[in-house]
Amino acid sequence: MSVSRAGREAAAQTPASGLADAVARAAAVRDGWVREMMAWHFSPETGCPFWLEWKEGAGWDPRDRVQGVRDLALFGFFQDDWLRYTPLGKWIPHAYRGKPYHVFETGGTTGMPKQRLNWNDFQTDYAAFSEKLNPQGFPFGADWLHLGPTGPRRLRLAVEYLANIRGGACFHIDLDPRWVVRLKKQGQTGILDDYMDHLMEQTVVLLKHRPIRSMYATPRLLEALAERLSLPGVGIVGVFCGGTSMSPQVTRFLVEEVLEGKVQFEPTYGNVLMGVAYAKPLEPEDEWSVVYYGPQPRAVLRVVDPADPTQDVDYGAWGRVLLSTMTREFFMPNMLERDEARRAPPCALYPWDGGRDVRPFQRMGERIVEGVY
Amino acid sequence: MPAPHIPALRLGRPYASADRAPVPDYRSGEALAWISQVNSALIRRDLFRPDGEAAGGRALPAADLLETARRAGELFARETLPLGEETQSPDAFITQVSASTGLPCPLVRRHVRRIAELCAHLPEVLRGLIREDDLSLLDGGWVKHNGAVRAFAPQTPALGVVMPSNSPGVNTLWLPAIVMKVAVALKPGRDDPWTPYRLFQALLAAGLPADALSYYPTDHEGAMAILRSAGRSLLFGDDETTAPWRGDSRVEIHGPGRSKVLIGEDLLDAAGTLEVCISSILENSGRSCTNASTIVVPRRGAEIAEALAARLATVEPRPPEDEEAKLAAFVRPEIAERIDAAIEQGLRGGGAVDVTGAVRGGGRLVRAHGGTYLLPTIIRCDSLAHPLANREFLFPFASVVEIPEMEMAEAIGPSLVVTALTRNETVIRRLLAAPHIGRLHIGPIPTWQVAWDQPHEGNLFELLYRRRALQVGEISAPVPGRS
Repeated sequence: MSVSRAGREAAAQTPASGLADAVARAAAVRDGWVREMMAWHFSPETGCPFWLEWKEGAGWDPRDRVQGVRDLALFGFFQDDWLRYTPLGKWIPHAYRGKPYHVFETGGTTGMPKQRLNWNDFQTDYAAFSEKLNPQGFPFGADWLHLGPTGPRRLRLAVEYLANIRGGACFHIDLDPRWVVRLKKQGQTGILDDYMDHLMEQTVVLLKHRPIRSMYATPRLLEALAERLSLPGVGIVGVFCGGTSMSPQVTRFLVEEVLEGKVQFEPTYGNVLMGVAYAKPLEPEDEWSVVYYGPQPRAVLRVVDPADPTQDVDYGAWGRVLLSTMTREFFMPNMLERDEARRAPPCALYPWDGGRDVRPFQRMGERIVEGVY
Repeated sequence: MPAPHIPALRLGRPYASADRAPVPDYRSGEALAWISQVNSALIRRDLFRPDGEAAGGRALPAADLLETARRAGELFARETLPLGEETQSPDAFITQVSASTGLPCPLVRRHVRRIAELCAHLPEVLRGLIREDDLSLLDGGWVKHNGAVRAFAPQTPALGVVMPSNSPGVNTLWLPAIVMKVAVALKPGRDDPWTPYRLFQALLAAGLPADALSYYPTDHEGAMAILRSAGRSLLFGDDETTAPWRGDSRVEIHGPGRSKVLIGEDLLDAAGTLEVCISSILENSGRSCTNASTIVVPRRGAEIAEALAARLATVEPRPPEDEEAKLAAFVRPEIAERIDAAIEQGLRGGGAVDVTGAVRGGGRLVRAHGGTYLLPTIIRCDSLAHPLANREFLFPFASVVEIPEMEMAEAIGPSLVVTALTRNETVIRRLLAAPHIGRLHIGPIPTWQVAWDQPHEGNLFELLYRRRALQVGEISAPVPGRS
């Protein structure tokens, strides 16, 4: 396990007064949004059967008692299985009845996946994300390539939507992440190599014959692609990257060597349940460690103590990611993610808490590889 | 003073990674150094470079490389060398290795001597591996003696090495590759990043071209990248680590040795028999694959086990600086606890007795001098099939089993080193014919003792070069190499 600059942020950074004002304003907007969402999800005209029935069982009305993000603790922790086995109809808010929707599933997990219904959320998320993108790396009118999971994934449609609203087309490589996970678990490295070659061959063909300038890729696929061609050499000017964790060293390697220091790099953290969390632009003092900020107020990220997930950890300390998503289509309070991060203070661009160096959550007592003989 | 930073070396160039891991002192937990950790794709990128032909000192004559290695051995043992941007004296090196691996200082010093000696004896080592006196074979690729041509083709520009942490001396296994003109891409063991780094610095200071050496501290995935990208590799590890690579001709596996001492009827009472057993079990605190983990006798097993136990029970933990210290501490106490529990479980099943326990009158897991130790342990087992009988642990541990003399060679199964204490020619003949014995010592030679002109485990030259058929006819243009 790599440890990066342990304790570098141990001392909480006190926001300057300008930042303090921004933090207060953002908190007020967020808490106002929480009250609006309580009114929406727990009113019979607009809410979905799942939460209305939950309210009856709980014996209290969130519209009265949940006034801000801190009060979300009253819901306890959201159960994964609710998204696996609840009949889909129970998740349809009354306000959306009869309107067509998508069913999106979580990425590479095997077994019954978590599912989320979508009417307009992904378009909202990616329209907001689009505004964050620098036109130098993601020029308007440019065509895109999506080198990431397809099938029942939100990302497949989201990247295409992103390309479209920026005036471009989107090309796709068909990728099944569950097949990759299965091959890895079985140690089938030969077949895994073949599958990677299969993906890369298609990608190289597209990049040669279409004027693609921007792309989405996972870190692994980006590395594999750069082993076959020069990304700036084929005209790529911007890469939006996510899907798996990136240590500071991986981030640095991607920027300096894979993208040859010539391509705009936009790391993100996200999933179907949250949407897309933005990265604070990297500064030299970050030493390649990326800080992500949830797309407030639609989703709120906290970094909490694994032993007592009701408590935030100190700034700079490692903790587990706790996610609350609140849109008109979907309400998911206090979902413990399978990720951990170091809690980061608000910044001028995103005046709320963030998470640094996000990576898979490692429980105590993980297998120790004995390097003997 | 802040803990030093040890960079990676990419084809000889220092590289400070954005990810760093501490090397902790096993007693205090404090970082002795911070090591740059590189990602797997970086390793692949380096090893895929097509300029392998020029790398690894290929242009230098073998004679020069031998001299470079000899000088490097002296520098390694005696001089202050770079450690990242700091420097490291020979004494500091001993202390640091001891503090991160748990090996007492006198044992680390022994490894330093062994590495320096290997560097000085490389000509003999190479002649032993290549079975050719004329080392200019490595320059031209072929030699001709008395009309007979011997030619070899290199199989890879780079040797991948995934190192263990158990003892610095294992670095002697990859060292000859340098003179065989093959670059080395090495992942250091987690607890001993020091030794290969210092050896690299010694080789660079002695004049080896920098691009011959890559030092990649990395994770499991990075290790896989080395094994899959280098044309040939050495992999050290337990059965679980090495299992996926068994049968892969690119990878030479160095796993558990299950080394043994066999005693014949004729030498059961001979002077020195016990000494050979004790030395084979105890050397290097039992951490090596060449340590004996089973003592095989034709009869009188209980009596021999008791004699060994009486001697080994006197060995106790001492402070790491103590010149008499023979036992290594466990860097991760939980591993010692797990081993202790595994032995206890084996004993509960019956058919085995802890003879040392009876002599010592206490448990084998002890905490002393700030560390966790397992005390030397002799287990008398009813048969070699007992779960503790053919088992090897990271401390001085051996079982004693009875097997009729004429059945020993067949019954012992795969064994890296076998020391046979017998003059019985039939027994010796059977041992010589046994395909599952890696190295055979006939006579009072402890299992751990190496001969420079004999391969250790596998043959590095045969891993890196393949015999090639070569015929050279009369042609007008000169053919490079020797005639």
